[in-house]
Amino acid sequence: MAVESGKVTSFIVEASEYPDLVRKYQVSGVPKTMVNERVEILGARPEEDFVRTAVGAAE
Amino acid sequence: MPILSASDASRVREMLAGLPNPVRLVFFTQTLNCETCEPAKQILGELAELSGQLTVEEHNFLLESDLAASYGIDRVPAIAVVGAQDHGIRFLGIPSGYEFMSLLDAIQVVSAGDSGLNEGSRALLASLEAPLALQVFVTPT
Repeated sequence: MAVESGKVTSFIVEASEYPDLVRKYQVSGVPKTMVNERVEILGARPEEDFVRTAVGAAE
Repeated sequence: MPILSASDASRVREMLAGLPNPVRLVFFTQTLNCETCEPAKQILGELAELSGQLTVEEHNFLLESDLAASYGIDRVPAIAVVGAQDHGIRFLGIPSGYEFMSLLDAIQVVSAGDSGLNEGSRALLASLEAPLALQVFVTPT
């Protein structure tokens, strides 16, 4: 996604190393994706669904 | 002693054999108070040995804090995966297990400059006007 748009940044976070982030974003299972620190996407989702949800959350 | 087994190294070498363009792994580390920095450095070193298109550029997080900030990096170990362009792809924490596979994937995507996403996804992303910051939490297993 980050390759397709200059608006997108993507951080892959190794959860067990950063308990502060896990607490902040209430990560109880992985993969969990936070969009703009507000909207969460839980689990692995189909591409179309994931992209639509993420883009929708950004706008 | 290497972290990657001989068979894993051989598989990774095959995966990276077709990289069309160079990729820099901009690595931020520190010597004190970072248990995973040293093993992360070792993994990246072993990885760079497996493809002539990969280079590791090491920076001290504390001494080069302005550079780290310019990459949006506020903790270590951290890696920016940079090709002809910087697409804003970062890895926080040691790249082992699932994160290692994700790193290989990111290297391939950045080298090719092609996300592999379908046309619908590309169109949707091309229409983005607001910043979209993704944080994907994973674990090694």
